[in-house]
Amino acid sequence: MDLTELTITQAHKGLKKKEFSSVDLTNAYLEKIKKTDKELNAFLSITEESAILQAEQADIKIASGNFGELTGVPCAIKDAILVKDQKCTAASKILENYIAPYDATVIQKLKKEGAVILGKTNTDEFTMGGSGENSAFGPTKNPHDKTRVAGGSSSGSGAAVAANEACFALGSDTGGSIRMPSSNCGIVGLKPTYGAVSRYGLIAHASSLDQIGPMVKSVEDCKMVFKVISGKDSKDATSKDYSFEDLKISLKDLKIGVPKEYFVKGLDPEVEKIIRDAIKKAEDQGAKIEEISLPNAEFALACYYIVVPCEASANLARFDGIKYGLSEEGKDLLDVYLKSRGMGFGPEVKRRIMVGTHSLSSGYYDAYYKKAQEVRHLIKQDFAKAFEKVDLIFCPVSPVPAIKIGEKSEDPLSMYLMDIYTISVNLAGLPSLSLPAGKIGNLPVGLQIIGNHFQENKILAAASYIEKI
Amino acid sequence: MNMISKEEVKHIAELARLELTEKETEKMQKDLSAILDYFNLLKKAPKPENFIEEKKGDLRAVRKDEVISSYDLIDELIAAAPDKKDDYIKVKTIL
Repeated sequence: MDLTELTITQAHKGLKKKEFSSVDLTNAYLEKIKKTDKELNAFLSITEESAILQAEQADIKIASGNFGELTGVPCAIKDAILVKDQKCTAASKILENYIAPYDATVIQKLKKEGAVILGKTNTDEFTMGGSGENSAFGPTKNPHDKTRVAGGSSSGSGAAVAANEACFALGSDTGGSIRMPSSNCGIVGLKPTYGAVSRYGLIAHASSLDQIGPMVKSVEDCKMVFKVISGKDSKDATSKDYSFEDLKISLKDLKIGVPKEYFVKGLDPEVEKIIRDAIKKAEDQGAKIEEISLPNAEFALACYYIVVPCEASANLARFDGIKYGLSEEGKDLLDVYLKSRGMGFGPEVKRRIMVGTHSLSSGYYDAYYKKAQEVRHLIKQDFAKAFEKVDLIFCPVSPVPAIKIGEKSEDPLSMYLMDIYTISVNLAGLPSLSLPAGKIGNLPVGLQIIGNHFQENKILAAASYIEKI
Repeated sequence: MNMISKEEVKHIAELARLELTEKETEKMQKDLSAILDYFNLLKKAPKPENFIEEKKGDLRAVRKDEVISSYDLIDELIAAAPDKKDDYIKVKTIL
């Protein structure tokens, strides 16, 4: 038996029956990482020593008989989430040697459950990107085709789970950063409702959209991780008092909306066929399918790429060469700022800081930022109206499967256009899942299932049926 | 496409506290022009009704009283600073 192929459910069963220990499991993953990750570049750091220590403690917990589903199960953490005493780089030169002084709330929760942390995974720098290529430490390769990207920004988490280098992973999603790599790598990824999971200890990108979520091998695993990491946290004022409860419904009870604006020019015909087939299968199982309209969909991308850089330019002002990270010598304070940030940030981060600074500057604020906020409101209303009629929305995650490494890296706007189906969900604060739905050759394609606020249970109930078809 | 001028790029970079090389400035000029041009699409978007009222509602929903409690991370946070002395982070003279 190859231990690294197990889902959380299977690993938990094996640990319970004492077929193997957490140390066995952990060693199996560490060996796997050593064997395959040189090529994939999914991990930025491997925390072998502390992983073994955590596994030994987990084995003691398991022996006591009082343990949870994640106890002793090895996982990987996106390198934008703080794990105490470990490096946290956000895949940026400016934080290359930064050691996290505390645990993010999600990490505290995983540690309390006794999960084993194998290491930190690659990402687009400061989670800004859709392909993983914006990492200052090189792109993550797609395990299904190593000439292609893993998808971003949670590229390393997606590739690590798909390549059996971790049993599960955490990612973060500001505009598709969990769903895109999940779709590209053929795994299950959930972007929870805004407020469902604490963001304390997640390096901020755009605070009104960021969410942490699970990246896993099955829908059942997704529930397990989400249950552990979700809930109110006094350290994140936007987190809500919420606990996940399984929903016992079948596809027959569900009305599924298919947005007509999402099936237009630009969508790869083979991706469209896989998504249409998945919708048809749900219909054959008794789900009611209804075409819906999201009339302001065409404005979502422009809206998103104003809101996000504005928030990012404010959030990233903290990286100044004074408080932490890279510090370059300068003749005066301003010079230290200019040089540290000029040397420390990569091209996409600089681009977003520039767009944000421009959009917020006097004379442009109304035309850009204020207008974008108005459009965001329209997009929220579109979804609110849609969810009056339907339970869930089905659509693609990405218009194309994983792209070739380097294919779009010189043209930022064409890269942004890949996010067309994922960004609206963040603007509206909705939960959404990427579920493997088929393949084009070797390349996986994800079906996106969007639900209403705090209806992760409905998404996961539907997904668990479709997963089995 | 309306090109943003090189001077404007340099001005924004200074506001954003970013030192850009000549090559970066040129690329930024091209990229920013394309991106800002794309934003013009929003001019076609309709004006929402009751926008301000709902926005206020949203803000109230996430507001909470912040009570300051003792924080035991002071040493770790100061340790992260590139330049420090005792319990202080050192900053270049600004006067």
